[in-house]
Amino acid sequence: MAIEWYLVLSAMLFAVGAAGVLIRRSPLVILLCLELMLNAGNLALLAFSRSLGNQDGHIFALVVMVVAACEVVVGLGLIVAMFRRRLPLDVDEMRGLRG
Amino acid sequence: MEEVAFFVGAIGALGGAIAVIALRNPFYSVLALVVHLVALAGLFLLLHAEFIAAAQVVVYAGAVMVLYVFVAAYVGGVDEPLWEPIAGQRFLAPLLAGALFIELSIAILGTGLKALGGEGPTIPLGFGSPEAIGELLLERFLIAFEAASILLLIAAVGAVVLAARRKDEPPIVVEEGERGH
Repeated sequence: MAIEWYLVLSAMLFAVGAAGVLIRRSPLVILLCLELMLNAGNLALLAFSRSLGNQDGHIFALVVMVVAACEVVVGLGLIVAMFRRRLPLDVDEMRGLRG
Repeated sequence: MEEVAFFVGAIGALGGAIAVIALRNPFYSVLALVVHLVALAGLFLLLHAEFIAAAQVVVYAGAVMVLYVFVAAYVGGVDEPLWEPIAGQRFLAPLLAGALFIELSIAILGTGLKALGGEGPTIPLGFGSPEAIGELLLERFLIAFEAASILLLIAAVGAVVLAARRKDEPPIVVEEGERGH
């Protein structure tokens, strides 16, 4: 398979993730869509790694996975804290920081 | 054969991704993301990234998704309101995502990179194996490895601080009528 196929698939997955962030309003689903975008990035990194025959992209993908895990942990902690305080779980209702 | 495997993986990954954003119940969205991640791990195997594929299944589809399932079950089904804060958001957002996809595709296919059309060079035995990745992690990328471990530690401490109960916070009382969904 040519590397282009993987890159186009990765662009498609990234666009789906971006659409999810734009459409959905539940913070939990928005976090899931962030995962989609990070994984699309990982796929592109590994495809380039294969096309160059160089394993540095694998390390980059691993670091992206670590960052994604950290983001999930902090994001889910925020969602649990919001739920505990009985705040609405809707990103459009959380407008306290809006100017 | 490789083409069949690629298209099966691609359909699984894309279908899972679309299901994540299309299903209304967050719990089902999480399960759709598991499908997406497992299909993506298959694609990683096709790219000879064996260690990353294994880590994807163990770390992502295993550990991170269990965390998501627990929080989705804890928070419960949140019904999204049907009103749209921005008029036409439901039509505008897919349009913008489509524009993003076209733009990315033009950027990828329009580059002068010659290697994109081929499969890439023949790779040595053990490319992407745990031995090779481990050697790279502990030699050339030692600083990145240590920084990642510190980042994980900070995130774990931060999550405990964020989700811990404050002393002045009243305990949650679940009314009888709210149970069961």
